[in-house]
Amino acid sequence: MSSPKDVLLNPIFNRNPITLEILGICSALAVTSKLETVTVMALAVTLVTAFSSFSISLIRERIPSSIRIIVQLTIIATLVIIIDQLLKAYAFSVSKQLSVFVGLIITNCIVLGRAEAFAMKNPPLLSFIDGIGNGIGYSLVLFAVGFLRELFGSGTLFGVTVFKTINEGGWYLPNGLLLLPPSAFFLIGFIIWGIRTWKVDQVEKEG
Amino acid sequence: MEHFLSLFMRSVFIENMGLAFFLGMCTLLAVSKKIDAAMGLGVAVVVVQTITVPANNLIFRHMLKPGALSWLGYGDLDLTFIGLICYIGLIAAIVQILEMVLDRYFPALYSTLGIFLPLISVNCAILGGSLFMVERDYTFAESVVFGFGSGLGWAMAITLLAAIRQKLVYSDVPAGLKGLGITFMIMGLMALAFMSFSGIQL
Repeated sequence: MSSPKDVLLNPIFNRNPITLEILGICSALAVTSKLETVTVMALAVTLVTAFSSFSISLIRERIPSSIRIIVQLTIIATLVIIIDQLLKAYAFSVSKQLSVFVGLIITNCIVLGRAEAFAMKNPPLLSFIDGIGNGIGYSLVLFAVGFLRELFGSGTLFGVTVFKTINEGGWYLPNGLLLLPPSAFFLIGFIIWGIRTWKVDQVEKEG
Repeated sequence: MEHFLSLFMRSVFIENMGLAFFLGMCTLLAVSKKIDAAMGLGVAVVVVQTITVPANNLIFRHMLKPGALSWLGYGDLDLTFIGLICYIGLIAAIVQILEMVLDRYFPALYSTLGIFLPLISVNCAILGGSLFMVERDYTFAESVVFGFGSGLGWAMAITLLAAIRQKLVYSDVPAGLKGLGITFMIMGLMALAFMSFSGIQL
Protein backbone atom coordinates (compact mmCIF):
# COMPACT_ATOMS: atom_id res chain seq x y z
CA MET A 1 0.00 0.00 0.00
CA SER A 2 1.38 3.36 -0.99
CA SER A 3 1.63 6.23 1.47
CA PRO A 4 -0.91 9.07 1.40
CA LYS A 5 1.80 11.47 0.25
CA ASP A 6 2.59 9.38 -2.84
CA VAL A 7 -1.10 9.01 -3.58
CA LEU A 8 -1.49 12.79 -3.44
CA LEU A 9 1.62 13.75 -5.42
CA ASN A 10 1.84 10.99 -8.01
CA PRO A 11 -0.97 12.18 -10.27
CA ILE A 12 0.52 15.67 -10.55
CA PHE A 13 3.50 14.88 -12.79
CA ASN A 14 4.22 11.16 -12.81
CA ARG A 15 0.75 9.93 -13.67
CA ASN A 16 -1.01 13.10 -14.77
CA PRO A 17 -4.60 12.27 -15.81
CA ILE A 18 -4.56 14.50 -18.89
CA THR A 19 -1.09 14.08 -20.33
CA LEU A 20 -0.55 10.38 -19.61
CA GLU A 21 -3.84 8.64 -19.03
CA ILE A 22 -5.94 10.51 -21.63
CA LEU A 23 -8.69 11.25 -19.12
CA GLY A 24 -10.93 14.29 -18.96
CA ILE A 25 -9.82 15.99 -22.12
CA CYS A 26 -13.11 17.34 -23.44
CA SER A 27 -13.46 19.98 -20.78
CA ALA A 28 -9.74 20.78 -20.85
CA LEU A 29 -10.21 22.07 -24.38
CA ALA A 30 -13.54 23.76 -24.16
CA VAL A 31 -13.30 25.89 -21.02
CA THR A 32 -9.70 27.13 -21.15
CA SER A 33 -10.03 30.38 -23.08
CA LYS A 34 -10.47 32.33 -19.80
CA LEU A 35 -8.88 31.82 -16.38
CA GLU A 36 -12.14 32.60 -14.61
CA THR A 37 -13.94 29.61 -16.13
CA VAL A 38 -10.82 27.50 -15.62
CA THR A 39 -10.84 28.21 -11.88
CA VAL A 40 -14.47 27.25 -11.49
CA MET A 41 -14.09 24.13 -13.59
CA ALA A 42 -10.91 23.01 -11.80
CA LEU A 43 -12.54 23.47 -8.39
CA ALA A 44 -15.69 21.66 -9.46
CA VAL A 45 -13.84 18.68 -10.93
CA THR A 46 -11.51 18.36 -7.92
CA LEU A 47 -14.39 18.43 -5.47
CA VAL A 48 -16.51 15.98 -7.45
CA THR A 49 -13.61 13.56 -7.90
CA ALA A 50 -12.63 13.67 -4.24
CA PHE A 51 -16.12 13.26 -2.83
CA SER A 52 -17.27 10.67 -5.35
CA SER A 53 -14.15 8.56 -4.71
CA PHE A 54 -14.80 8.92 -0.99
CA SER A 55 -18.45 7.88 -1.17
CA ILE A 56 -17.89 5.06 -3.64
CA SER A 57 -15.06 3.71 -1.54
CA LEU A 58 -17.33 3.75 1.53
CA ILE A 59 -19.81 1.37 -0.10
CA ARG A 60 -17.35 -0.50 -2.32
CA GLU A 61 -17.95 -3.85 -0.66
CA ARG A 62 -21.73 -3.61 -1.04
CA ILE A 63 -21.88 -2.77 -4.78
CA PRO A 64 -22.63 -5.83 -6.97
CA SER A 65 -20.13 -5.66 -9.80
CA SER A 66 -22.73 -6.10 -12.56
CA ILE A 67 -24.48 -2.81 -11.78
CA ARG A 68 -21.50 -0.87 -10.45
CA ILE A 69 -21.38 1.60 -13.37
CA ILE A 70 -24.94 2.76 -12.73
CA VAL A 71 -24.32 3.06 -8.98
CA GLN A 72 -21.16 5.09 -9.60
CA LEU A 73 -22.89 7.30 -12.15
CA THR A 74 -25.76 7.98 -9.75
CA ILE A 75 -23.38 9.09 -6.99
CA ILE A 76 -21.40 11.28 -9.40
CA ALA A 77 -24.52 12.77 -10.98
CA THR A 78 -25.88 13.70 -7.56
CA LEU A 79 -22.66 15.56 -6.69
CA VAL A 80 -22.65 17.32 -10.06
CA ILE A 81 -26.25 18.44 -9.60
CA ILE A 82 -25.30 19.99 -6.25
CA ILE A 83 -22.39 21.86 -7.88
CA ASP A 84 -24.58 22.93 -10.80
CA GLN A 85 -27.26 24.33 -8.49
CA LEU A 86 -24.66 26.12 -6.35
CA LEU A 87 -23.14 27.74 -9.45
CA LYS A 88 -26.53 28.81 -10.74
CA ALA A 89 -27.30 30.38 -7.38
CA TYR A 90 -24.02 32.16 -6.64
CA ALA A 91 -22.13 32.54 -9.95
CA PHE A 92 -24.79 32.72 -12.61
CA SER A 93 -22.71 34.36 -15.35
CA VAL A 94 -19.92 31.78 -15.04
CA SER A 95 -22.47 28.99 -15.05
CA LYS A 96 -23.93 30.39 -18.30
CA GLN A 97 -20.46 30.49 -19.89
CA LEU A 98 -19.71 26.91 -18.91
CA SER A 99 -23.13 25.89 -20.32
CA VAL A 100 -23.28 22.12 -20.72
CA PHE A 101 -19.76 21.51 -19.48
CA VAL A 102 -20.77 21.48 -15.82
CA GLY A 103 -23.21 18.68 -16.58
CA LEU A 104 -20.53 16.92 -18.55
CA ILE A 105 -18.39 16.52 -15.42
CA ILE A 106 -20.54 13.40 -14.93
CA THR A 107 -18.96 11.79 -17.97
CA ASN A 108 -15.55 13.32 -17.33
CA CYS A 109 -13.44 10.22 -17.45
CA ILE A 110 -11.25 11.36 -14.55
CA VAL A 111 -14.11 11.02 -12.08
CA LEU A 112 -15.32 7.62 -13.25
CA GLY A 113 -11.80 6.45 -14.03
CA ARG A 114 -10.58 7.12 -10.48
CA ALA A 115 -13.74 5.59 -9.00
CA GLU A 116 -13.24 2.44 -11.04
CA ALA A 117 -9.46 2.16 -10.81
CA PHE A 118 -8.78 3.38 -7.28
CA ALA A 119 -11.82 3.86 -5.07
CA MET A 120 -13.19 0.36 -5.68
CA LYS A 121 -10.02 -1.14 -4.18
CA ASN A 122 -8.87 1.31 -1.50
CA PRO A 123 -10.18 2.67 1.82
CA PRO A 124 -12.22 5.91 1.86
CA LEU A 125 -9.63 8.35 3.18
CA LEU A 126 -6.94 7.26 0.72
CA SER A 127 -9.47 7.45 -2.12
CA PHE A 128 -10.37 10.98 -1.06
CA ILE A 129 -6.68 11.98 -1.19
CA ASP A 130 -6.33 10.28 -4.56
CA GLY A 131 -9.30 12.28 -5.84
CA ILE A 132 -7.74 15.54 -4.62
CA GLY A 133 -4.39 14.61 -6.22
CA ASN A 134 -5.93 13.84 -9.58
CA GLY A 135 -8.00 16.99 -9.37
CA ILE A 136 -4.81 19.01 -8.81
CA GLY A 137 -3.05 17.28 -11.70
CA TYR A 138 -5.98 18.12 -13.94
CA SER A 139 -6.17 21.69 -12.65
CA LEU A 140 -2.47 22.33 -13.27
CA VAL A 141 -2.73 21.46 -16.97
CA LEU A 142 -5.93 23.48 -17.23
CA PHE A 143 -4.34 26.51 -15.57
CA ALA A 144 -1.25 26.30 -17.80
CA VAL A 145 -3.37 26.18 -20.96
CA GLY A 146 -5.80 28.83 -19.70
CA PHE A 147 -2.94 31.16 -18.68
CA LEU A 148 -1.32 31.04 -22.12
CA ARG A 149 -4.61 31.33 -23.99
CA GLU A 150 -5.94 34.30 -22.04
CA LEU A 151 -2.62 36.16 -21.83
CA PHE A 152 -1.68 35.89 -25.49
CA GLY A 153 -5.18 35.60 -26.89
CA SER A 154 -6.72 38.68 -25.31
CA GLY A 155 -3.88 40.27 -23.32
CA THR A 156 -5.57 39.84 -19.95
CA LEU A 157 -5.33 37.62 -16.87
CA PHE A 158 -8.53 36.98 -14.87
CA GLY A 159 -10.03 39.81 -16.93
CA VAL A 160 -7.37 42.33 -15.77
CA THR A 161 -5.43 43.93 -18.62
CA VAL A 162 -1.76 42.91 -18.71
CA PHE A 163 -0.88 43.69 -22.31
CA LYS A 164 -2.83 46.69 -23.59
CA THR A 165 -4.21 45.69 -26.99
CA ILE A 166 -4.08 47.85 -30.10
CA ASN A 167 -7.87 48.17 -30.15
CA GLU A 168 -7.71 49.90 -26.76
CA GLY A 169 -4.85 52.18 -27.86
CA GLY A 170 -2.00 50.00 -26.55
CA TRP A 171 0.75 48.12 -28.35
CA TYR A 172 -0.18 44.45 -28.19
CA LEU A 173 -1.69 42.73 -31.24
CA PRO A 174 -3.66 39.80 -29.77
CA ASN A 175 -3.25 36.39 -31.35
CA GLY A 176 -6.80 35.47 -32.30
CA LEU A 177 -5.96 31.83 -32.91
CA LEU A 178 -5.44 31.31 -29.18
CA LEU A 179 -9.06 32.21 -28.47
CA LEU A 180 -10.23 29.46 -30.81
CA PRO A 181 -10.62 25.95 -29.37
CA PRO A 182 -8.11 24.22 -31.73
CA SER A 183 -5.25 26.15 -30.12
CA ALA A 184 -5.82 24.15 -26.92
CA PHE A 185 -4.93 20.99 -28.83
CA PHE A 186 -1.58 22.44 -29.84
CA LEU A 187 -0.85 23.76 -26.35
CA ILE A 188 -1.64 20.43 -24.68
CA GLY A 189 0.42 18.68 -27.35
CA PHE A 190 3.40 20.89 -26.48
CA ILE A 191 2.87 20.38 -22.73
CA ILE A 192 2.91 16.60 -23.28
CA TRP A 193 6.09 16.97 -25.33
CA GLY A 194 7.67 19.00 -22.53
CA ILE A 195 6.72 16.55 -19.76
CA ARG A 196 7.92 13.57 -21.77
CA THR A 197 11.23 15.19 -22.57
CA TRP A 198 11.69 15.73 -18.85
CA LYS A 199 10.40 12.30 -17.75
CA VAL A 200 11.69 10.04 -20.52
CA ASP A 201 10.01 6.87 -19.21
CA GLN A 202 6.60 8.23 -20.27
CA VAL A 203 7.48 8.11 -23.98
CA GLU A 204 5.30 5.66 -25.89
CA LYS A 205 7.10 2.83 -27.66
CA GLU A 206 5.30 3.04 -30.99
CA GLY A 207 2.60 5.04 -32.48
CA MET B 1 -38.35 19.46 -44.73
CA GLU B 2 -35.76 22.07 -45.58
CA HIS B 3 -35.50 22.95 -41.91
CA PHE B 4 -34.65 19.36 -41.01
CA LEU B 5 -32.10 19.04 -43.81
CA SER B 6 -30.41 22.21 -42.62
CA LEU B 7 -30.40 20.96 -39.02
CA PHE B 8 -28.92 17.66 -40.18
CA MET B 9 -26.10 19.27 -42.13
CA ARG B 10 -25.42 21.62 -39.25
CA SER B 11 -25.14 18.81 -36.71
CA VAL B 12 -22.88 16.72 -38.96
CA PHE B 13 -20.47 19.36 -40.23
CA ILE B 14 -20.73 22.83 -38.74
CA GLU B 15 -21.40 21.81 -35.17
CA ASN B 16 -19.52 18.53 -35.27
CA MET B 17 -19.59 16.96 -31.79
CA GLY B 18 -15.97 15.85 -31.91
CA LEU B 19 -14.20 18.60 -33.79
CA ALA B 20 -16.23 21.71 -32.99
CA PHE B 21 -17.39 21.02 -29.42
CA PHE B 22 -14.65 18.58 -28.40
CA LEU B 23 -16.98 16.04 -26.87
CA GLY B 24 -16.07 12.39 -26.55
CA MET B 25 -12.39 13.30 -26.75
CA CYS B 26 -11.22 10.59 -24.36
CA THR B 27 -12.63 7.81 -26.51
CA LEU B 28 -11.71 9.66 -29.69
CA LEU B 29 -8.06 9.65 -28.67
CA ALA B 30 -7.97 6.24 -27.02
CA VAL B 31 -9.77 4.09 -29.62
CA SER B 32 -8.42 5.65 -32.81
CA LYS B 33 -5.34 3.50 -33.28
CA LYS B 34 -7.01 1.01 -35.64
CA ILE B 35 -9.51 2.00 -38.30
CA ASP B 36 -11.73 -1.11 -37.81
CA ALA B 37 -12.18 -0.47 -34.13
CA ALA B 38 -12.82 3.22 -34.80
CA MET B 39 -15.57 2.46 -37.32
CA GLY B 40 -17.17 -0.09 -34.99
CA LEU B 41 -17.30 2.44 -32.18
CA GLY B 42 -18.57 5.08 -34.61
CA VAL B 43 -21.51 2.89 -35.66
CA ALA B 44 -22.31 2.12 -32.03
CA VAL B 45 -22.33 5.85 -31.21
CA VAL B 46 -24.70 6.60 -34.11
CA VAL B 47 -27.11 3.90 -32.92
CA VAL B 48 -27.04 4.91 -29.24
CA GLN B 49 -27.22 8.64 -30.00
CA THR B 50 -30.23 8.18 -32.32
CA ILE B 51 -32.08 6.35 -29.53
CA THR B 52 -31.05 8.33 -26.45
CA VAL B 53 -31.49 11.91 -27.66
CA PRO B 54 -35.17 11.46 -28.66
CA ALA B 55 -35.81 9.36 -25.53
CA ASN B 56 -34.37 12.08 -23.32
CA ASN B 57 -36.39 14.59 -25.29
CA LEU B 58 -39.56 12.73 -24.29
CA ILE B 59 -38.48 12.66 -20.64
CA PHE B 60 -37.70 16.37 -20.70
CA ARG B 61 -40.95 17.39 -22.44
CA HIS B 62 -43.34 15.17 -20.56
CA MET B 63 -41.85 14.84 -17.09
CA LEU B 64 -39.30 17.52 -16.21
CA LYS B 65 -40.30 20.74 -17.97
CA PRO B 66 -42.09 23.37 -15.85
CA GLY B 67 -45.78 22.51 -16.01
CA ALA B 68 -45.24 19.13 -17.67
CA LEU B 69 -46.83 17.30 -14.75
CA SER B 70 -49.93 19.52 -14.61
CA TRP B 71 -52.16 16.51 -15.47
CA LEU B 72 -51.15 15.07 -12.09
CA GLY B 73 -52.23 18.21 -10.35
CA TYR B 74 -48.73 19.67 -9.86
CA GLY B 75 -49.37 22.86 -11.82
CA ASP B 76 -46.01 24.53 -12.35
CA LEU B 77 -43.67 21.98 -10.83
CA ASP B 78 -40.19 22.48 -12.29
CA LEU B 79 -38.11 19.32 -12.14
CA THR B 80 -35.36 20.35 -14.57
CA PHE B 81 -32.78 20.34 -11.76
CA ILE B 82 -32.82 16.54 -11.54
CA GLY B 83 -32.44 16.37 -15.33
CA LEU B 84 -28.79 15.32 -15.26
CA ILE B 85 -29.43 12.21 -13.20
CA CYS B 86 -32.41 11.21 -15.38
CA TYR B 87 -30.50 11.60 -18.63
CA ILE B 88 -27.45 9.65 -17.51
CA GLY B 89 -29.63 6.98 -15.93
CA LEU B 90 -31.59 6.58 -19.16
CA ILE B 91 -28.41 6.45 -21.24
CA ALA B 92 -26.86 3.79 -19.01
CA ALA B 93 -30.08 1.77 -19.06
CA ILE B 94 -30.51 1.97 -22.84
CA VAL B 95 -26.91 0.93 -23.42
CA GLN B 96 -27.40 -2.03 -21.09
CA ILE B 97 -30.64 -3.08 -22.83
CA LEU B 98 -29.11 -2.67 -26.27
CA GLU B 99 -26.24 -4.89 -25.21
CA MET B 100 -28.63 -7.62 -24.03
CA VAL B 101 -30.84 -7.40 -27.15
CA LEU B 102 -27.85 -7.59 -29.47
CA ASP B 103 -26.44 -10.52 -27.52
CA ARG B 104 -29.72 -12.44 -27.76
CA TYR B 105 -30.88 -11.71 -31.33
CA PHE B 106 -27.86 -10.50 -33.33
CA PRO B 107 -24.81 -12.41 -32.07
CA ALA B 108 -22.71 -11.45 -35.10
CA LEU B 109 -23.32 -7.76 -34.53
CA TYR B 110 -22.77 -8.22 -30.80
CA SER B 111 -19.32 -9.68 -31.28
CA THR B 112 -18.21 -6.61 -33.27
CA LEU B 113 -20.04 -3.85 -31.37
CA GLY B 114 -20.31 -5.52 -27.98
CA ILE B 115 -16.99 -4.46 -26.52
CA PHE B 116 -17.67 -0.81 -27.35
CA LEU B 117 -21.08 -0.51 -25.75
CA PRO B 118 -19.95 -0.18 -22.11
CA LEU B 119 -17.57 2.58 -23.19
CA ILE B 120 -20.43 4.52 -24.67
CA SER B 121 -22.42 5.15 -21.51
CA VAL B 122 -19.56 7.32 -20.28
CA ASN B 123 -18.90 9.00 -23.63
CA CYS B 124 -19.47 12.72 -23.22
CA ALA B 125 -20.71 13.05 -26.80
CA ILE B 126 -23.79 11.04 -25.84
CA LEU B 127 -24.65 13.01 -22.70
CA GLY B 128 -23.57 16.21 -24.47
CA GLY B 129 -26.06 15.50 -27.25
CA SER B 130 -28.89 15.23 -24.75
CA LEU B 131 -27.80 18.37 -22.89
CA PHE B 132 -27.58 20.41 -26.11
CA MET B 133 -31.02 19.11 -27.07
CA VAL B 134 -32.41 20.44 -23.78
CA GLU B 135 -30.53 23.73 -23.98
CA ARG B 136 -31.74 24.42 -27.53
CA ASP B 137 -35.28 23.20 -26.78
CA TYR B 138 -35.67 20.92 -29.81
CA THR B 139 -39.03 19.35 -30.68
CA PHE B 140 -39.27 15.56 -30.85
CA ALA B 141 -38.78 15.40 -34.65
CA GLU B 142 -35.84 17.79 -34.45
CA SER B 143 -34.26 15.72 -31.70
CA VAL B 144 -34.37 12.59 -33.89
CA VAL B 145 -32.60 14.43 -36.71
CA PHE B 146 -30.12 16.04 -34.32
CA GLY B 147 -29.36 12.73 -32.58
CA PHE B 148 -28.66 10.93 -35.84
CA GLY B 149 -26.70 13.82 -37.34
CA SER B 150 -24.48 14.45 -34.34
CA GLY B 151 -23.78 10.72 -33.98
CA LEU B 152 -22.82 10.51 -37.64
CA GLY B 153 -20.57 13.55 -37.35
CA TRP B 154 -18.74 12.01 -34.40
CA ALA B 155 -18.38 8.67 -36.21
CA MET B 156 -16.89 10.52 -39.16
CA ALA B 157 -14.41 12.36 -36.96
CA ILE B 158 -13.10 9.19 -35.29
CA THR B 159 -12.83 7.30 -38.59
CA LEU B 160 -10.87 10.15 -40.19
CA LEU B 161 -8.55 10.42 -37.20
CA ALA B 162 -7.92 6.67 -37.18
CA ALA B 163 -7.13 6.74 -40.90
CA ILE B 164 -4.57 9.51 -40.40
CA ARG B 165 -3.01 7.77 -37.40
CA GLN B 166 -2.58 4.54 -39.35
CA LYS B 167 -0.65 6.39 -42.05
CA LEU B 168 1.42 8.06 -39.37
CA VAL B 169 3.24 4.80 -38.66
CA TYR B 170 5.56 5.62 -41.53
CA SER B 171 6.54 9.05 -40.25
CA ASP B 172 9.46 9.99 -38.03
CA VAL B 173 8.00 11.69 -34.97
CA PRO B 174 10.21 13.21 -32.22
CA ALA B 175 10.39 10.81 -29.26
CA GLY B 176 8.46 12.96 -26.77
CA LEU B 177 5.63 13.57 -29.20
CA LYS B 178 5.06 9.92 -30.09
CA GLY B 179 1.56 8.60 -29.55
CA LEU B 180 -0.56 11.02 -27.57
CA GLY B 181 1.34 14.22 -28.33
CA ILE B 182 1.21 13.97 -32.09
CA THR B 183 -2.43 12.87 -31.93
CA PHE B 184 -3.25 16.14 -30.19
CA MET B 185 -1.50 18.04 -32.97
CA ILE B 186 -3.46 16.14 -35.63
CA MET B 187 -6.72 16.84 -33.81
CA GLY B 188 -5.82 20.53 -33.71
CA LEU B 189 -5.21 20.62 -37.45
CA MET B 190 -8.43 18.69 -38.14
CA ALA B 191 -10.40 21.06 -35.91
CA LEU B 192 -8.93 24.04 -37.80
CA ALA B 193 -9.97 22.42 -41.08
CA PHE B 194 -13.48 21.86 -39.76
CA MET B 195 -13.74 25.50 -38.75
CA SER B 196 -13.98 26.33 -42.43
CA PHE B 197 -17.53 24.98 -42.27
CA SER B 198 -18.55 27.54 -39.66
CA GLY B 199 -20.58 30.44 -40.95
CA ILE B 200 -22.13 28.37 -43.71
CA GLN B 201 -25.89 28.81 -43.61
CA LEU B 202 -28.16 26.45 -45.48
